[in-house]
Amino acid sequence: MLKHHDKIEKNSILLLILIVIVISIGGIVEIAPLFRVETTIEKVKGMRPYTPLELIGSKIYKREGCYGCHSQQVRVLRDEVERYGHYSLAAESMYDYPFQWGSKRTGPDLARLGGKYSNQWHVRHLINPRSVVPESIMPGYEFLMYRNADIESVSLDMEVLRKIGVPYSLYMINNATSDAVIQASNDRDSEFLLKRYGEKVNVRDFDGNPYKVSEMDALVAYLQSLGTFVDFATFDPVDPKEEVRDK
Amino acid sequence: MTVSDKVPNYNYDIIKLFTIASVFWGLVGFLAGVFIALQMAFPVLNLNLEWTTFGRLRPLHTSAVIFAFGGNVLFATSLFVVQRTSQARLWGSDNLLKFIFWGYQLFIALAAFGYVNGITQAKEYAEPEWYADILLTIVWVCYFLVFVLTLKRRKEPHIYVANWFYLAFIVTVAILHIVNNLAIPLRWDGSASYPIFGGVQSAMIQWWYGHNAVGFFLTAGFIGIMYYFVPKRANRPVYSYRLSILHFWSLIFIYIWAGPHHLHYTSLPDWVQTLGMTFSIMLWMPSWGGMINGIMTLSGAWDKLRTDPVMRFLITAVAFYGMSTFEGPLMAIKEVNALSHYTEWTISHVHSGALGWVALISFGALYHMVPVLWNKKDLYSNKLVSTHFWLATIGIVLYITSMWIAGIMQGLMWRSYDDMGFLQYSFVEVVKSLHPLYVTRALGGIFFLTGAAVMAYNLYKTTKLKNA
Repeated sequence: MLKHHDKIEKNSILLLILIVIVISIGGIVEIAPLFRVETTIEKVKGMRPYTPLELIGSKIYKREGCYGCHSQQVRVLRDEVERYGHYSLAAESMYDYPFQWGSKRTGPDLARLGGKYSNQWHVRHLINPRSVVPESIMPGYEFLMYRNADIESVSLDMEVLRKIGVPYSLYMINNATSDAVIQASNDRDSEFLLKRYGEKVNVRDFDGNPYKVSEMDALVAYLQSLGTFVDFATFDPVDPKEEVRDK
Repeated sequence: MTVSDKVPNYNYDIIKLFTIASVFWGLVGFLAGVFIALQMAFPVLNLNLEWTTFGRLRPLHTSAVIFAFGGNVLFATSLFVVQRTSQARLWGSDNLLKFIFWGYQLFIALAAFGYVNGITQAKEYAEPEWYADILLTIVWVCYFLVFVLTLKRRKEPHIYVANWFYLAFIVTVAILHIVNNLAIPLRWDGSASYPIFGGVQSAMIQWWYGHNAVGFFLTAGFIGIMYYFVPKRANRPVYSYRLSILHFWSLIFIYIWAGPHHLHYTSLPDWVQTLGMTFSIMLWMPSWGGMINGIMTLSGAWDKLRTDPVMRFLITAVAFYGMSTFEGPLMAIKEVNALSHYTEWTISHVHSGALGWVALISFGALYHMVPVLWNKKDLYSNKLVSTHFWLATIGIVLYITSMWIAGIMQGLMWRSYDDMGFLQYSFVEVVKSLHPLYVTRALGGIFFLTGAAVMAYNLYKTTKLKNA
């Protein structure tokens, strides 16, 4: 061994090439097969891209570094499923660029947050978490109330996401701004918004201020959508291949 | 002035700059850490301002300690070591070297400015946006060229083992950085972008990157430091040449596979999780091979631990490396990870590596280099080095034990059931019970920061000594 290694030690380019080969193997074996999507992501009903307002909310979520303290991934463990809900499916994060699974739970998991609390609760909690949860150590985000959501340029986000694989139609992209306004209001005609994104979309004035589409509107719309796309009452967790084998 | 044939005319100017930057960013990064630790104990310190929330300051802390402090230490030591072990002057013009230095500092400043203002890719340890990433890529290619072409100039027939590790660090970090940051900017005159990978693929690629940032930035690079500074300081050869070879190739081969242990029980396919766990456990062996090689280098010179406080830093660092690389494989076992993941145990583990291993070996290397670079006989005060050592050690012990307790407590409370078969604790009850441990951790951080301030003073006074 020592004799042969002598050659490597005396040749910097040979050393370099060998290093590149040795460090490439593991990554290639683990990563490349994941792009055969049919075995990585099981097909489920109900998955849809975020509405323009939710998409703006997801950008605020990332901007504020929420993933540093909150995971969005319910693991396949009994206590987690009981605490948070059905374990996360790969398909549920397929439109997240990048994924928001997180690595730490200073605060609770948010993968199934949607629909658990009222909009008013979210708004009060985000303005001052300790007003609704006295022991909370989360920062307050009052400034979201005063800032306009960036509804003008969200169509650009959707165009880029469309390029990398999120199924936004041109119809969705062209109506992005008005869809965002409509979703954040109580009294506008939401027929086409619901047609584009599904009947389950939450349409209301989330922050209670009808004169403004605020960042609070967008973030709460996003939080209320988390984990609600797949209907687990009808979801069949059995692998179709196994089903065939059983028969 | 003539330069003798025996002693090459080393280029120390650029290394001095990187050394000063290391100390400066170290203080900034530790201070940021103490502040966000205090925020977790006392949330009022988020100050109700958007720029000072934990969410925005946390990447500031991690980047400042890993890339700003750690990165500058790696630049300084690698460019020092490659010259000294090759018996050759650094390749590259002064302007190129200055570009590497200022380009890297600009990268850090751009990243930091971005975090505070909410500009982020939202990927842990890869938060800087596309424009900063491109700048870093250019700087890194220049660094690579300087390193390799200096190696090509060497007067010694063999490439010294420390340089194998530095080379693996430089090359692998380049590959990780480029692949993980592939993104499409929203507009060329704006800061935002979307990564080209999403969902489960982005999770795997991110932790392939993230874990190997630990493996190659915080391990291979700093192992390079160990292989030069420990033998140099002990005035003994490396314990085993054979072990160096085995340690090197097995470490860099196995490390790359370990990333999926960050994604146990998630929607990542099971076979990848199992591979990640298997290789993580295997990783224990090369890691301890390295530790043994480092510590045993001292055999026959153990008295140096008593007489040389700088040696104490280096060897304690290697001991922490051993501890932390035992804990890592343990936590990568799925059943253990079920408890430890998402808890403060991870934070404890990271800091036994970051404070105990990376920072202590960096301090040891800085204490060794500064008198050489500024051409002084010795440090201003060895007594202050001892003071620093104890402040740092007490700080680390307070930090990692409080976070161990916190993490295991969290993990157990989350999964505990009452007699009726219901979950026993609400989430916020767990949060509440962590408060005293968060306070203890912040105290540990204050000790560590104070120690670093003592070092900064000592090093500054050393450069001003008149004994040259």
